[in-house]
Amino acid sequence: MTVEFPPGLLLILGAIAVPLLRGRARPIYMLALPLLGIYQLILLETGSFGTVSAFGFEMTHVRVDRLSLIFGYIFYIAAAIGVIFAWHSDDRIEQTAAMVYAGATIGAVFSGDLISLFIYWELTAVTAVFVIWSARTKRAYGAGIRTLIVYMLSGMLLVVGTALHASETGSIAFEHIGIDSLAGVLIMLGFGIKCAFPFLHNWLQDAYPEASVTGTVFLSSFTTKLAVYALARGYAGTEMLIWIGAAMTAFPIFYAVIENDLRRVLAYSLNNQLGFMVAGIGIGTTLAINGAVSHAFAHILYKSLLFMTMGAVLYRTGTAKGSELGGLHKTMPWTTGFCIVGGAAISGVPLFSGFVTKSMILTAAAEEGYLIVFLVLLFASAGVFHHSGIKIPFFAFFAHDSGKRPKEAPLNMRLAMGITAFLCIAIGVYPAPLYALLPFPVDYVPYTTSHVVTMLQLLAFSALAFATLQRFGLYPPELRSTVLDFDFSYRRLLPWLWRRLEAAGMALHGLAWRGLEVGSARAIRAAQRHHGPRGILARTWPTGSMAIWAAALLGGALLVYFR
Amino acid sequence: MTETPPPEHGLDHASDHASEARADERPSWFDDKRNAHKLFWAVVVLCAVLFLADAFYHKHVVFDFENWFGFFGLFGFSVSFALVLVSRELRKILMRDEDYYDR
Repeated sequence: MTVEFPPGLLLILGAIAVPLLRGRARPIYMLALPLLGIYQLILLETGSFGTVSAFGFEMTHVRVDRLSLIFGYIFYIAAAIGVIFAWHSDDRIEQTAAMVYAGATIGAVFSGDLISLFIYWELTAVTAVFVIWSARTKRAYGAGIRTLIVYMLSGMLLVVGTALHASETGSIAFEHIGIDSLAGVLIMLGFGIKCAFPFLHNWLQDAYPEASVTGTVFLSSFTTKLAVYALARGYAGTEMLIWIGAAMTAFPIFYAVIENDLRRVLAYSLNNQLGFMVAGIGIGTTLAINGAVSHAFAHILYKSLLFMTMGAVLYRTGTAKGSELGGLHKTMPWTTGFCIVGGAAISGVPLFSGFVTKSMILTAAAEEGYLIVFLVLLFASAGVFHHSGIKIPFFAFFAHDSGKRPKEAPLNMRLAMGITAFLCIAIGVYPAPLYALLPFPVDYVPYTTSHVVTMLQLLAFSALAFATLQRFGLYPPELRSTVLDFDFSYRRLLPWLWRRLEAAGMALHGLAWRGLEVGSARAIRAAQRHHGPRGILARTWPTGSMAIWAAALLGGALLVYFR
Repeated sequence: MTETPPPEHGLDHASDHASEARADERPSWFDDKRNAHKLFWAVVVLCAVLFLADAFYHKHVVFDFENWFGFFGLFGFSVSFALVLVSRELRKILMRDEDYYDR
């Protein structure tokens, strides 16, 4: 049986039929596509196909190996979960865009060369922005535009880097790249934008919380984890990534504590989780890479679970702001439970998925002797528990009673959340099947007394810190607010500078114009004086003027040459 | 707090579903302040047990400081505490009105 069909193309071509289908047929069809995709991946053998020679370069459309396969599986799973969660939705634009978006992400993962990668890379950018716009609000529109600009920058860096890389090495194969050449640095920055490196991160917190209830679930799974895959493929063992990753784990959690929009809090914690993966890739040992890849796998599940729970709250109450919520556990017990499972998984509580994956990265950092990085990651682990594990469930479902009594989430949403929550627990309880999928053989035992007790100590004491701060009224209350982040620089500072520059330019222009007017009037008057009807040089005595001009020229020549 | 803010995401159906609390509803376990106190002390007890657990197993560590008695607990508590206090201060610099970018 031949299954040599580009995996991503299945969803991209399949998406064409999505807008044409009506009623129940559409979600059923949309669910069948990723399930078919998973079946294809099971049948696919490692190796590559779809090799085309063009412009003297060898393009490999599909490369199947352990690294691309595991990402392929999880992206299909994420697409299937997203479809179930959006079962009720009749937004055909969002659903079509989301299908193509998922397909393009999978296509990119299986790309064996940088040009194929670039094509899929751009397709994910455009479709992701359509998913953002599908919320059809003014804020989503603006956020989509800003995100598109940032994504285009990423694509430009990738294409310029690829061209340089091709001219230097004569190959466009997507293998290890490294940062020894300018090309390598440019491509890494291109990946880094979509991986939300510090200062390149803000499109994520800007756009994801503005997408629709269902759109954000799709968005949270694909773009950033594609970037993680690309970094793992091209930059494993690049030491700089360890520091970038460590910074990424730490700074977003400060924002997560004070941000009010709970979906934005999740975007910050997404950023923080990416940091663990990037640090793992930078460490680059087999344990660390396994840790990064498995963490990406687990992360896609618990992060979409958390976005689904907040999506369900938004769907039922019309808001996801901590300041407006509270007490929802009374009428949304299932969603509350799923949110707590997601929070436990992201925090790395033993028996939940985050524990068996993140601990690999922490152990790798320690074993390679990165003391500071280890401490930062430990701090970030406590911090993520603080805001994702406690703050989100607490302010949405408990805390002070908002008086809201929304209905429980619809059945399809509960089903999607339930499946995902089940997977979060299953991976945590029985990690062997996930470990078997990892790029390198796994020689790691997560459940040792030492691991379990130290992690529980870290988490319990950070819960104690939260409880103490709450009890003594020191915890910052949820307030309706905007918290300034790096996007301030391009949403306020740059436009302000531009206006100032424009004003200065206008002033300068006016000044120059005035000068020109005054100057030209003077020149005209002078010309009139000398050449006008009564001017001395206008007399019918050419010898006189000739003599003056000759004297002036000679004088000039003398000045020029006599040096 | 009974005022319902306008839905943010054009979800006009949302407000239909979000009904208000009724006077005759049964209070939940979490509504009772005494239970909140119980929970707090449960966390304290849990922490105490986990802290003392360090005496009963061999820690497999890489760095020496990990062997300090109760290191992970004390570290977790102090960094979380510091995180919140620093974030509180950050708020003074970074917080703006909700419609800051919409104006």
